[in-house]
Amino acid sequence: MSEALSTALALLVGLDAKLIEIVLLSLCVSLSAVAIAALLGLPLGAAIAVGRFPGRQTVIVVLNALMGLPPVVVGLLVYLLLSRAGPLGALGILFTPSAMVVAQTILILPIIAALSRQAIEDAWREYEEQLRSLGAGRVNAAVTLLWDTRFSLLTTILAGFGRAAAEVGAVMIVGGNIDGVTRVMTTTIALETSKGDLPLALGLGMILIAIVIAVNAAAYLTKELAQRRYG
Amino acid sequence: MIRGLLLSVALLAALPALAQEKFIVVASTTSTEQSGLFGHLLPVFQKKTGIQVRVVALGTGQALDLARRGDADVVFVHARSAEEKFLAEGHGVRRFDVMYNDFVLIGPKPDPAKVSGGGDILGAMKKIRAASAPFVSRGDRSGTHTAELDLWKQAGIDIATEKGSWYRDTGQGMGPALNTAAAMSAYILADRGTWISFRNRGELAVAVEGDKRLFNQYGVMLVNPARHPNVKKDLGQAFVDWVISHEGQKTIAEYRIGGEQLFFPNAK
Amino acid sequence: MSNGAILPLRLAEVSFAAGGRTIIDRVSLDIETGPSTIILGANGAGKSVLMRLMHGLLEPSSGRIDWNAPERPRAPRKQAMVFQRPVMLRRSAYANIAYALKIAGIPEPQRGVLVRESLESVGLSHLARRSARVLSGGEQQRLALARAWALHPEVLFLDEPTASLDPSATREIESVIKAFDAAGTKVVMATHNLGQARRLGDEILFLNQGRLVERAPVEEFFAKPRSAQADAFIKGELPWT
Repeated sequence: MSEALSTALALLVGLDAKLIEIVLLSLCVSLSAVAIAALLGLPLGAAIAVGRFPGRQTVIVVLNALMGLPPVVVGLLVYLLLSRAGPLGALGILFTPSAMVVAQTILILPIIAALSRQAIEDAWREYEEQLRSLGAGRVNAAVTLLWDTRFSLLTTILAGFGRAAAEVGAVMIVGGNIDGVTRVMTTTIALETSKGDLPLALGLGMILIAIVIAVNAAAYLTKELAQRRYG
Repeated sequence: MIRGLLLSVALLAALPALAQEKFIVVASTTSTEQSGLFGHLLPVFQKKTGIQVRVVALGTGQALDLARRGDADVVFVHARSAEEKFLAEGHGVRRFDVMYNDFVLIGPKPDPAKVSGGGDILGAMKKIRAASAPFVSRGDRSGTHTAELDLWKQAGIDIATEKGSWYRDTGQGMGPALNTAAAMSAYILADRGTWISFRNRGELAVAVEGDKRLFNQYGVMLVNPARHPNVKKDLGQAFVDWVISHEGQKTIAEYRIGGEQLFFPNAK
Repeated sequence: MSNGAILPLRLAEVSFAAGGRTIIDRVSLDIETGPSTIILGANGAGKSVLMRLMHGLLEPSSGRIDWNAPERPRAPRKQAMVFQRPVMLRRSAYANIAYALKIAGIPEPQRGVLVRESLESVGLSHLARRSARVLSGGEQQRLALARAWALHPEVLFLDEPTASLDPSATREIESVIKAFDAAGTKVVMATHNLGQARRLGDEILFLNQGRLVERAPVEEFFAKPRSAQADAFIKGELPWT
């Protein structure tokens, strides 16, 4: 354990170029996935929250269930889509970071949609009468609530980021863990573990955990400050 | 927050542009990659030709399947019979011998089957079977796995029916399988390259080596562009040609771990 | 803003049932311009539901509700409602009122003046930039009034606006309502507070168990109630429904 710690510190202090490349790629892939998933998932969650349509309850149940999609299954499905033998093979993005972004976006889209749906539905219960009294239609209301619940939604987005940054099954399959091209923190940890280089793997793991903790701390502080300022 | 999102999307859009440089995808095996050979070999090739080689490392079976789906330009594996089948199916253009390394039988220092120090692999396998000593198999259709199954057959043991709880079929790559063997103090067949770089040895050490039957031949093939039109045939052929060329072969021979040469070039 | 007055409002045999219970039972009444109307009744009499039916938040199960000139879509609303508990967005007091104007379709350049005027009318100008949800209960309710008033509606519905407030906040709200009434807005307010009804009302509509039992000018109602239920209510003897 202490060897892992000293390895990790040595890597960080030495600003090892390879390590930085891996960390930056991990952040780039997961942040991109979160950005796209948020762009799609937040409006989707809001629409389901304030909408009334047949089958709404079923949609909510399915969306909640999809939060538990196993990453390796998502990876397999996206691989089959993007393979040259598959329908989207002509795009040629298999084994590139773009494919990893696609896979992670699919993985976290249900999380963002389902959790934002919950947050906005709770808010809708409080605001519905007043907003309708002011003359706001459903679309207006959805947009208004998206902004009003922005701090809860930030937590949701960060939950999505945490899930993306921590998963290995999807990016391993669609990225191929190619040295210098699609190797991210989690796949590197898997590789080093399989090589028996446990101290290095643990060191990288600690860095990954530190990043996730930092992101969550930022989310918590933002929410606390917002609560105090906006009520 | 908005700025961060825009930055990520911009970076993402730029990634395909980065990928515009010349590159090929080579399907190879986990044991070859983990031996570190590619880290030594590929930069030399890239410097000479400007072609980036992207290695996707899987088990031999999976690597060949990847190529069958057209997702690789070149295959670089070590399972002769599987490679011949691949060729016969029309997925490859031509097979070339590249190099060989050897397998070693690894075992726990307490050596319950009493095989340590020997040079006869078949005899050792028979003794392990007789003693029902713990044995870890990769079980993943890899070149190593194929070689292991072949050795049981040569030793006259029908492992499919004769295996008991002493035989652990793990379905893992070489590194994880070695981890498992170390944890269980079991015997395991490994390629020398992975063994030399393996750090988590526990009680394990080389038990049997040097038998000619432990010879592990590597072959390289260009994936057939007639069958898979997207294959980068010029770039891929450049790689195949270089690897069997005098310069490529010399570079392979120069790769060492702990002063030891790992791979012995034998292209004709 | 004075194109087609929406009053009088006519209710004809309006009933509302929910969960198997009849909450409003064949109520017929007219709401005319002019005197402030108090809807009085005990808790559970159906005041809130009646208010929501009139405002348009609920659809009647039977009967008709007709305004004189139906509201045109996309035209600023001519009637507004203030609820017992104010619901504010997570933005400044100023922004909350501006939001209401935006929904009503008032163009951006015109909003500033209207917002400042309405904040002024309820005495909250000094809190314009404060986040609305951290204001006190009384301040939030005043803000709700300002928000409802900003469009200068023809009718202002108020559903027990001071029920959750302390006496000093209640006094502030009542003075604001009186000012709106004096400025010409038709005030329709539900309350169970007899003193408040007397202070603010010109006429009383007395509701009991979903029925309109009595309607009279305020002094007449309190001096000589015509129904037994009204009489019992005034004396504080009406049982919980």
